[in-house]
Order: sequence, then structure tokens, then C-alpha cells
Amino acid sequence: MDKALHGEALPHREPCVLSDTETETEIEVEAPALLPLDVWHRAKGARMVPFAGYEMPIQYDGIVAEHNWTRTAAGLFDVSHMGQLTVSGEGAVKALEALMPGDFSELSAGRMRYSLLLNADGGILDDLIVTHAGDHFALVVNGAMKWDDIAHLREFLPDEITLNHHADQALLALQGPEAARVLERIVPGTSALTFMTAATFDWDSTTLGVSRSGYTGEDGFELSLHTDAVERFANAILEDERVRPAGLGARDSLRLEAGLPLYGHDLSQSTDPVSAGLTFALSKARRERGGWMGHEAVAKVLSHGPAQKRIGLTLEGRQPAREGAQVFAGDTAVGQLTSGGHSPTLGYPIAMAYVDAAHTAIDTALEIEVRGKRLPARVTKMPIVPHRYFRGK
Amino acid sequence: MPTYYTEEHEWIAIEGDTATVGITDFAQGQLGDVVFVEVPESGAELVKGAEAAVVESVKAASDIYAPVSGSVTEGNEALVDDPALVNSSAEEEGWFFRMTLSDTQELEGLMNAKAYKAFCDSQ
Repeated sequence: MDKALHGEALPHREPCVLSDTETETEIEVEAPALLPLDVWHRAKGARMVPFAGYEMPIQYDGIVAEHNWTRTAAGLFDVSHMGQLTVSGEGAVKALEALMPGDFSELSAGRMRYSLLLNADGGILDDLIVTHAGDHFALVVNGAMKWDDIAHLREFLPDEITLNHHADQALLALQGPEAARVLERIVPGTSALTFMTAATFDWDSTTLGVSRSGYTGEDGFELSLHTDAVERFANAILEDERVRPAGLGARDSLRLEAGLPLYGHDLSQSTDPVSAGLTFALSKARRERGGWMGHEAVAKVLSHGPAQKRIGLTLEGRQPAREGAQVFAGDTAVGQLTSGGHSPTLGYPIAMAYVDAAHTAIDTALEIEVRGKRLPARVTKMPIVPHRYFRGK
Repeated sequence: MPTYYTEEHEWIAIEGDTATVGITDFAQGQLGDVVFVEVPESGAELVKGAEAAVVESVKAASDIYAPVSGSVTEGNEALVDDPALVNSSAEEEGWFFRMTLSDTQELEGLMNAKAYKAFCDSQ
């Protein structure tokens, strides 16, 4: 999972061809923190940009090359900016179920679920992955939202529940069709995991949390380990010539093709899970039973249907449309892009938008306004590029 | 054929009263993979500092402003079909447009290659 990129790849128009990074710098109030692999990234030729409070590698060789390499071999991403939390204590299941719509009592050890933190109005505070890790639950939340999430959890989790933030853990993502073969050679046994399952392994006397998951639509893994060991581990992975480092830029274009929403762009407090097309995260039993924050508001949207829905779009021509662009059906404005850009896999521009429900059927012809021009577009199924997860043989 | 450079990372190659305009190799490196270019049509009158072209990379959209005033004689149609020419050949095949200059004095104050290199190094 993970949703990278807030404040980056925005649709801003700049007075000079080089000023896109300057704007980002100005947004940053405090000096960004450094990743455990900061020096390593720079030595690999990364261009670093401030993102989610960190100096993050946006690209090494180039976004398109890294994107294509991840689709055909394996890309190694550093997502250590994300928040790695654990929740434990008697009643942890109930406590989490009070804050999220997932059926965690039905989640067996070693299994993972995509879920949502919702506010009382059904607005999305963050999206996250919850893993049943045996004696505790592990939560991986968005880097840009982690402090807000921690505050929210502290406020609403009962006192007997323990919440820990593992700031000393790094997180890498190894993504792509070669990921399983690469990782199996370094950490034997990992290729037996199936999509959305997790286990702990030992690598070179270091505990390694391995989950078969990611944010690219490809098969792959997310790998959690102590910051002291992450450089050695990253080097061990990169020794395999099937792997190249990949930055936030490729992560964003990969997840857009995969139809995966990015918090702060496609999801926010003013979007609800139904409009966002995330009803799969509302477990069936709990949709009716309720007992989770935001249930009443979300139940209303479920019964009446959402006014707008998150959809995928493909554009004609080459000109990309970016977040914020208006979507039209004839002369009527019917929605707005929340993400958009060039699809390296398809070779043409794609987008995500929230559009009035009447105009969301697959193949509906719409127009997107860019620089006073109307670009023809068509509603497309999501994922826009099919997922290739490993669900077992 | 003298070539001038702007602080906006454009190059202007002069031949008689005709200028060919593009973005520099440094600029394309900063932009990353170019996926779309919109060039002005021939006959368009450009005023120095006004929006003249659009270049979009995977990362972001950027405006290209006219470095000098004049009348466009040709836009580079090759960029419409192959925007990546801006990356592979920024200062040759990846030119954006040609124009006749209305005021050659506007060239004064632009940088030469050496000054531009120093400018980039200071960025």
C-alpha cells in the first residue's frame, strides 16, 4: 500500500521550466527529516525532494525507466517515511473495530486488510494496512498523515490498549514480476507468502517483517527492518541485477495505473468510502451491524447511493491532465480530477476523478478542461492496468 | 551563428533575423521524461515574456515564455509525435519554434554559453 507524493506531481503551472521543486520547498515549514538511507539514495544518483516531512528520492535514472523496470523486472522503493504502528492489549480487536470498518475479528494471524480511519461524518482520515501479527496488530499508515493518525488513535483507543510507533523501523518495497525470485534467494521461504499475507523472517541476524503487498499493482513485498540493518539489506537486494532503485515518481505513476488512490489527493476528509469506491473495505457484516466511527453517515451514502464516484479515465491524444482539472459532460461540469498523468505502460494519459454518478458508466465519453481546451476522455475500468498479484498456485 | 541563453533555461540560436528557440539540455534533465509539447503556430505574434509553448513531463506542466519578441515562422511538428526528442536532443532536433525577431536589441543582456554554464553551476 502506501500513498506517496503529497505536494509532488501536483498540477501546478510554473513561470519557469525548473521551478516545480521550488514551490515544494516553500510549502515545507520545517526542515525535512532524513531517511535512514539518505546517503545511500544520493550515492545512487537520486534527486531528493521534500515530501511528507522527509527528503525523499523522487527519481534516480528517470521516472519512466524506473516505472517500466518495475513492471518488467523489480524496483526497490524506500518508503521509510510511512508510519509503522503496533496496537496490542486485551481488547485490541474491538478497539480497532470501533475506529475502522474492517472485520478484524475474522482476520487470522498472518493476514492483512486494507482499511480506513474514518471521522464521525464518514470522511476518510487515512487509509492503511492492518496486519494481524499474532500477539498484536501492525498498522502501516501514510507518512504525511502519521502524526495525525497517532493523535487520533491516542484519543480514541481505550487506555488499556498500547499504541507504539516504531520510528526505528525502516520500510522497503520490492515490487515487480521478479520480486519473489529475488527475495527468495536472499530470504528463503518468502516466496511461499501469498498476496496480503505476512510473516517474520530472519536475515543476517536481523528480524525482517515481510508482507506480500505493495502499491504498484505488481506482485511484490514490503519489508520492515531496523534502521541499523537497512543499508546492508538494501545492498543485498540491489546486488541482484534484476533489481533497480525506483523513486516516488514511479511509485505515483504505477499506483495511478493500478487504480490505487493516493491519500491527500484521491481521498480526504471530504470523501467517504462509498464515493471513493472502497466499499470492499467495509466488511459486509459490519456494514449492517455498525459500531464503527462514521457508520451512520456511511450507511446513508450506501442506501441512497453516492452523489459522485471515483472513476478512472483514459484521455485521447498525448496531453496529460492533472489534479484539479474540471470534467465536463457537454457544457455541464460534472466532476474534477484528483490524480492524472502520463501512463508509461499504456503510452497515453490517464486520470482519476470524482464525477457525478450519472456519468460514471464504463465507456462514457467526457471532456477534461486543460488550459482552456477540452480534451476528450472516456470512463475506464479500474485498475486501468491489470493487477498481477500472487494469490497462490 | 551566435546562441544566447536565458535564466529560464531557453536557448536562442540566431541566424540573420531568424531565431530558433528551445530549452537547454540542463532544463530537460531537470524536467525528466517529456511526454507532451505544444508549440506555437506559424504566424503567431509573440511578445517577450508572454506564454509561447507548453512542455509537460511525467512530473509537471511548465510554460515556456517567449525569450524575445517576434513572429513565429514554424513550430517543430516533430515534437508533437515524439515529445521525447526534447530529452534526447534538447539543443538540436528538440527545438520548439522559429521566429523572426522584431527587436534584435532584446538579445542584449542574454547570456552566452559560458555565462549560462556558470549560471547553471550556481543553481
